Amino acid sequence: MIKIWSMKKEAENGQKKKPKTSAAQLRVQKDITELELPSTMSTNFPNPSDLLNFELIIQPDEGMYKGGSFKFTFNISNNYPHEAPKVKLTQKIYHPNLDHQGNVCLNILREDWKPVLNLNALVVGLQYLFLEPNAEDPLNKDAANDLLRDRNQFKSWVAASMSGKPVKGEPYDYVLAR
Amino acid sequence: MSHGNGQAHTQTHAHVDKVLEKGGPFTDEYFQAGKDVKKFLREQCKVLIIGAGGLGCEIVANLALTGFSDLHIIDMDTIDVSNLNRQFLFRSSDVGKSKAVAAADFVMKRIPNVKVTAHHNKIQDFGDDFYMQFNLVVCGLDSVEARRWINATLYNMVDDDNPESLKPLIDGGTEGFKGQSRVILPTISSCYECSLDMLTPPTTFPICTIANTPRLPEHCIEWASVLEWPKVFPSKKLDNDDPDHIEWLLNKSLTRATEFNIEGVNWSLVQGVVKNIIPSVASTNAIIAASCCNEAFKIATTTAAYLNNYMMFIGNEGVFTYTFEHQKRESCVVCGGETMDLEVKDEMIVEDLLEILKQKAEFQVRKPSLSNDQGNIYLQYPPQLEEYTRQNLSKSLSDYKGQTILVTDANLPFKLSLRLV
Ligand SMILES: [Zn+2]
Repeated sequence: MIKIWSMKKEAENGQKKKPKTSAAQLRVQKDITELELPSTMSTNFPNPSDLLNFELIIQPDEGMYKGGSFKFTFNISNNYPHEAPKVKLTQKIYHPNLDHQGNVCLNILREDWKPVLNLNALVVGLQYLFLEPNAEDPLNKDAANDLLRDRNQFKSWVAASMSGKPVKGEPYDYVLAR
Repeated sequence: MSHGNGQAHTQTHAHVDKVLEKGGPFTDEYFQAGKDVKKFLREQCKVLIIGAGGLGCEIVANLALTGFSDLHIIDMDTIDVSNLNRQFLFRSSDVGKSKAVAAADFVMKRIPNVKVTAHHNKIQDFGDDFYMQFNLVVCGLDSVEARRWINATLYNMVDDDNPESLKPLIDGGTEGFKGQSRVILPTISSCYECSLDMLTPPTTFPICTIANTPRLPEHCIEWASVLEWPKVFPSKKLDNDDPDHIEWLLNKSLTRATEFNIEGVNWSLVQGVVKNIIPSVASTNAIIAASCCNEAFKIATTTAAYLNNYMMFIGNEGVFTYTFEHQKRESCVVCGGETMDLEVKDEMIVEDLLEILKQKAEFQVRKPSLSNDQGNIYLQYPPQLEEYTRQNLSKSLSDYKGQTILVTDANLPFKLSLRLV
């Protein structure tokens, strides 16, 4: 051990005992305070001293989902950014890339997540789902088929579903912004 | 491997003595042959082994046979029947017992004059005082989260006024036929967190594939655990260790697999997928553990140069190893960024600190956010958090004297550690 101890004596770098903020916690502090949210998005922290659990509200100002207000929950583990945050939509909506339980089909949330990505990348990805619903990777296969078959019909069904009307017998949540 | 009698133990010492009694061509310049180094190895050096699984069993046995006599081993797990093929310190009668306790008992029974203290705990159960008692920490874990925790803990414990507060961390890891061992000297070398980007994130499958077009048995299992479980039990959390839960997932996955003509779903695969278990190979564990223990021996005795600082082993096709110096990352959450003292006057408040930071040309900081180990002090964004933390701006800086405040800002590589004096 002699060598290691003498190395430490030589390498003075002002080190004193450091605070015990977890790496995940500090990384989330950085990610959140450096978010760049456009006017169509906002966050809500049910407990403002807990940065690991929060809500993201998206209110698209263009596209088929314009006028809606969509609330996602973000749940970040202590192994962030090795593990991606768990993101769910809290409402039941008619959308090809979201299922009725609120699961989201977004590659960077699962198989394409990398520690170099950050919360900003996820937020942008989620916003994009409402501007460009993608029928190629469907989670709600029915909605995807509807979109492929007849875009205009799909569009009117989206509008109906957002105001809480059923689509093809399936009930949906009222999600229009107040 | 081990021998059951005292004579064999003396013989083991005799082999080790050969490198401790005189120097050789590769001996480190700091090495001092003789009885002091033997005494340090055999009586004084205290080593903590984290993990009593495939790697941990090998590590504790190797260290004991090398001559270390004061070992501690920590593991929160109990022995499962599936561990017995490679965790060779355990017998079928040990199933259900603490891994740490069983490993310690076995080693003490077979190797005389070794004291192994078992801790059936999580590493997070202990604080700095516990970790401070050791000279070396050897890690044989399969959890990234636990490694990140111990890495940060040992880094934060380093105090320049006390060289012995630097605890070398020797980290071993295996994945099937691949593995790595590395020597981390907290604050001196690169740390575990520095290499986080190099790791493969846990295997996951596209959720749309799971939902609609399963092709693999794993897809069926993820369908059951990720999509079906929350749907059927919206308020019950899936417990990977509950056999009833695994049984339910197995049945669901089997039905799904039959529907899509997929073969290969079984109990152990279900367990493997939900717990994200990577297959473990006994020979890889033995190689990596040997490398880790060799480094522990060299560091403790200074007999020869230790690993600088990363050795990877690939045994899939033939045997290949590659050793390189993994560099510190300036943007590392744990060890990156500068640490500095900042002198503050008693009448100053947190808001003044923000101004001081912004005026320091060397940092180019524009919107600094501050926190300490109690939580957030001031966050610039989003508005809700800014408003919530704004009350702290008028707090006196003397409340934070002697503490370290962590500063993040888009213009910093990652963070800045400020000690207020
Ligand atoms: Zn680092």
